[in-house]
Amino acid sequence: MSERTAVIASRVGLHARPAGIFVAAVGALPLEVTIAMAGEPADDAMDASSILSIMSLGASNGDTVVLRADGDGADEALDSLVKILETDLDAE
Amino acid sequence: MTMQTLPDSSGSDHAEPGRRFAGVGVSPGRVIGSILLMPQAVSEPAAGERLAEGISPEEASADLRAAAKAVQADLTERSIGASGTGREVLEATALMANDPMLITAAVKLITNGASAQRAIWDAAASVAEMLHNLGGYMAERAMDVLDVRRRIVAELRGVAAPGIPYSDMPFILVSEDLAPADTATLDPAKVLALVTSSGGPQSHTAIIARSLGLPAVVAAVGVDGLANGTEVFVDGAAGTVLVDPGADEAALAAAWEATSAALAVFDGTGRLADGHLVPLLSNVGGAQDAVNAAAAGAQGVGLLRTEFCFLERDAEPTLDEQVDAYRGVFDAFPGKKVVIRTLDAGADKPLPFLTDASEPNPALGVRGYRTDFTSPGVLVRQLQAIARAADGSEADVWVMAPMISTAEEAEHFAGLCTTAGLPTTGVMVEVPSAALTAASILEHVDFVSLGTNDLTQYAMAADRQLGPLAALNTPWQPAVLQLIRLTVAGSRDEGHDKPVGVCGEAAADPALAVVLVGLGVSTLSMTARALAAVAAVLGSVTLPEAQQLAALALTAHSAADARRIVRDKLPILDQLGL
Repeated sequence: MSERTAVIASRVGLHARPAGIFVAAVGALPLEVTIAMAGEPADDAMDASSILSIMSLGASNGDTVVLRADGDGADEALDSLVKILETDLDAE
Repeated sequence: MTMQTLPDSSGSDHAEPGRRFAGVGVSPGRVIGSILLMPQAVSEPAAGERLAEGISPEEASADLRAAAKAVQADLTERSIGASGTGREVLEATALMANDPMLITAAVKLITNGASAQRAIWDAAASVAEMLHNLGGYMAERAMDVLDVRRRIVAELRGVAAPGIPYSDMPFILVSEDLAPADTATLDPAKVLALVTSSGGPQSHTAIIARSLGLPAVVAAVGVDGLANGTEVFVDGAAGTVLVDPGADEAALAAAWEATSAALAVFDGTGRLADGHLVPLLSNVGGAQDAVNAAAAGAQGVGLLRTEFCFLERDAEPTLDEQVDAYRGVFDAFPGKKVVIRTLDAGADKPLPFLTDASEPNPALGVRGYRTDFTSPGVLVRQLQAIARAADGSEADVWVMAPMISTAEEAEHFAGLCTTAGLPTTGVMVEVPSAALTAASILEHVDFVSLGTNDLTQYAMAADRQLGPLAALNTPWQPAVLQLIRLTVAGSRDEGHDKPVGVCGEAAADPALAVVLVGLGVSTLSMTARALAAVAAVLGSVTLPEAQQLAALALTAHSAADARRIVRDKLPILDQLGL
């Protein structure tokens, strides 16, 4: 199991356009990725390919989230997702 | 406005050639095209609907997944053709359509025996409720989940997706009525004209049609019984829809195509035939609108609707955001007048941070200036933002408040403006009480601006959105014209001849514009599309002629009579197809 943390950089938090971009990126991966707020048990983690799950997570600007994935290429995949979360997508 | 009863409107699906529908013309133009009907609203599947006999949960789940994928593909395809905010909304909605959380929840219900339609209906309801409970932005997204649900159910039923039909070919859109949400997704490059069987002259359909320059007929009873693809001729001035048009109508449509090009040009000075000046300004909702209005020759802005800068916002915009939004408009009109209206939230334009959506009568509720009673501070901060945006701008900035009912309110508002350092203050006259007390109100402010849409709905006690009240809801009503006359008289009585402008839809009707000038209105503000047509018709009459027409309209027996009498004396209208 690979694991990464990321600090949400988008000013509006992880919803609206940033959530859409993130979910599209997860959907393009051949892996199952979960997302949870830092400090929450791994069992409560949500499906990162679900925009509705991401939105209900309610991560705001500056919040830390934990991404988890298993399998070949998980480390690289998570690194690429961290990069997306740590960019202010709303500013672009 | 003619509201004729149809000889036969029994709603047959078979169009008889030459069949004519009479409605209310709300935006001029003559076009021929094929119609597409707005699909029926998607009804809720029966409560507790179970899987049909012989269908396994696996089959139903597969059907649901296929439908969700199809909806996602359709929305994604449409997003590619869209731009800006429309594109982002469609992209996010496409993701929701095939969302694993939503589909997994629905499949679970199917496994427990629910039909596919009922399962997605209930699963989406739970998700929407969860989002709704999160409040703010998430609560607004709950509407998107419900939209996706309707689309998936339509797909499962094999019927057309709800919302504006999607077509590669331009078409005439026929519907019962359009909601603001529908009109936001309307592509003016694909739609030739708008026709509704319900709705009134002040409905959203009418307002959107005028701002997009699309011919439109509303309240054409029975027209939604026509079949998709039926060829019709629409005359947005006469208010008629003719099935299977012939050579005469083809000639009229061709002539309109030629004149409408000429009618798109305004030389930038509104005047009557005798040289009497009537500045023609534009109504705008933001900087882009203002730039377009300036390019169309507008002599300033008669109404900046600040709420349009902040629709769909769940929190009050910051001072900096407001300054930027207003400055963008001021910069489009250096040296010209820009009348900025403070937030007019409420009724059909809710702003979550100001208005209470649960009021039983929103049009008679806490809206416009009245939100200062319940959310004090927002107005004062907005005035500060306006003052900051005006500071150093080259525009001549005037400020006014919407929904003022008494001289006391006008006095209070003027005081707030003075404190903010704004020198030119006015109020909207859209409540009949303000028209009746215009002289007292003008003792406290520098100008008034008549909002004819609301003034009409309040004077006639007729909801703007209701089709059956369309005939009542027109500013041609002699009672409304009397209120306008009294407002002008109030300004004279006050003693300083302070300006009385009109910034409602009435100003965009060229024939009514003549009447307004005859009643003593000093400036007219309208959608930029209407400037050239109004200027052309004003240029055909002298001030005494306009005054004569106003006198005839005031004493007319009915709104329809007033309109007919005035139009008969303005031959230029027919020449131009207006």
